[in-house]
Amino acid sequence: MTPNTLSDNVRYTPPAIALHWLMAWIIIAVYFLGLSIDEIPVGPDRIQVVGWHKWLGVTIAFLWGFRVLWRASHRPPADPADSPAWQNNAAHLVHIALYVLMIAIPVSGWLMSSAKGYTTNFFGLFDLPNLLEKDKPLGHTLKEVHEVLANLLMALVGLHIAAALKHQLINKDNLLARMRPARKSRS
Amino acid sequence: MMIRRTAALAALCLLNASAWAVEYNSVDTTKSTIRFIPTLMGSKTEGSFKKFSAQIRFDPEKPAQAQARAEVMVQSFDIGFDEATDEALGPNWFDVKKFPTATFVATQVTPLTKDRFELSGNLSIKGQTKPVRFPVTLTRESANAGRLDGTLTIKRLDFGLGQGQWAGTGTVSNDINVQIRLSIFNK
Repeated sequence: MTPNTLSDNVRYTPPAIALHWLMAWIIIAVYFLGLSIDEIPVGPDRIQVVGWHKWLGVTIAFLWGFRVLWRASHRPPADPADSPAWQNNAAHLVHIALYVLMIAIPVSGWLMSSAKGYTTNFFGLFDLPNLLEKDKPLGHTLKEVHEVLANLLMALVGLHIAAALKHQLINKDNLLARMRPARKSRS
Repeated sequence: MMIRRTAALAALCLLNASAWAVEYNSVDTTKSTIRFIPTLMGSKTEGSFKKFSAQIRFDPEKPAQAQARAEVMVQSFDIGFDEATDEALGPNWFDVKKFPTATFVATQVTPLTKDRFELSGNLSIKGQTKPVRFPVTLTRESANAGRLDGTLTIKRLDFGLGQGQWAGTGTVSNDINVQIRLSIFNK
């Protein structure tokens, strides 16, 4: 079987590609910032890490809105025809779960901050309202929820990457090209 | 006719005034709050002092003769997160071991409108005394009870709050919003 060569009409659209990679890198950064928080003693360093974690989390929520609107109005490339149906279905399920988690995690973080009595803001530009009254036990529960969802997201991201690599390295169908940022035109 | 009407109006005014003529001379601290709202990387959070005493003599008709004084037990500060509360009470912030109380002594009350006054006084925190001036609003809740609400912004570094690693204002803003609510009545 010769590897497919993908023409432009089977690629994701440039905004979809840009949003995918931008969010991917921010999500990885925000995850590791979040993991480090509890390791840092109370002090300005910790407050800064929490601050950046929350700013980037709000950024993800906003980008998610654009991405969902874009996804709803632009058809993605068709499933790889050579893959068995169960694999394509599994891929779709993972994609749906990724979309759900990409918004559920920032919202759970916002709720967690609210319950802990801290507002959430966007790079100091504006403050979001607290959604909940200060409630210590609830804040603790929401922290657990936030962490479990974040770990679940990273597990699914791992699966997503593994599947992409399987297509690239084992199936050799060059599926990755659909999501590769566009190079300068050579034609 | 004219004289009678004026007299009637005057009597009505007097009656009206006497209905509200109350000198507030007690503070119900259980219904009063003193809240500190710092800004951390743009996010607001709230700490409060659970224990304080306050004396007041305040006749809204005679604001010039008003007297007010409050003494706050700094040890009762709580910001809702034990490690942060411990840090706030430590030597870099309130240094409660050396400075167990903070005080406010009113020096002047000037009427702005019927129920709004400008309160001037001396605020002492951590051994530093600074003059402050801020508006307070009186809400008359019954014939002999009411509520005073005031908000002021202090510069934490004026009082030596936040030393050492906290001295910079990029992470924790210099401005701290202080919200005071006093439940006052005539005993």
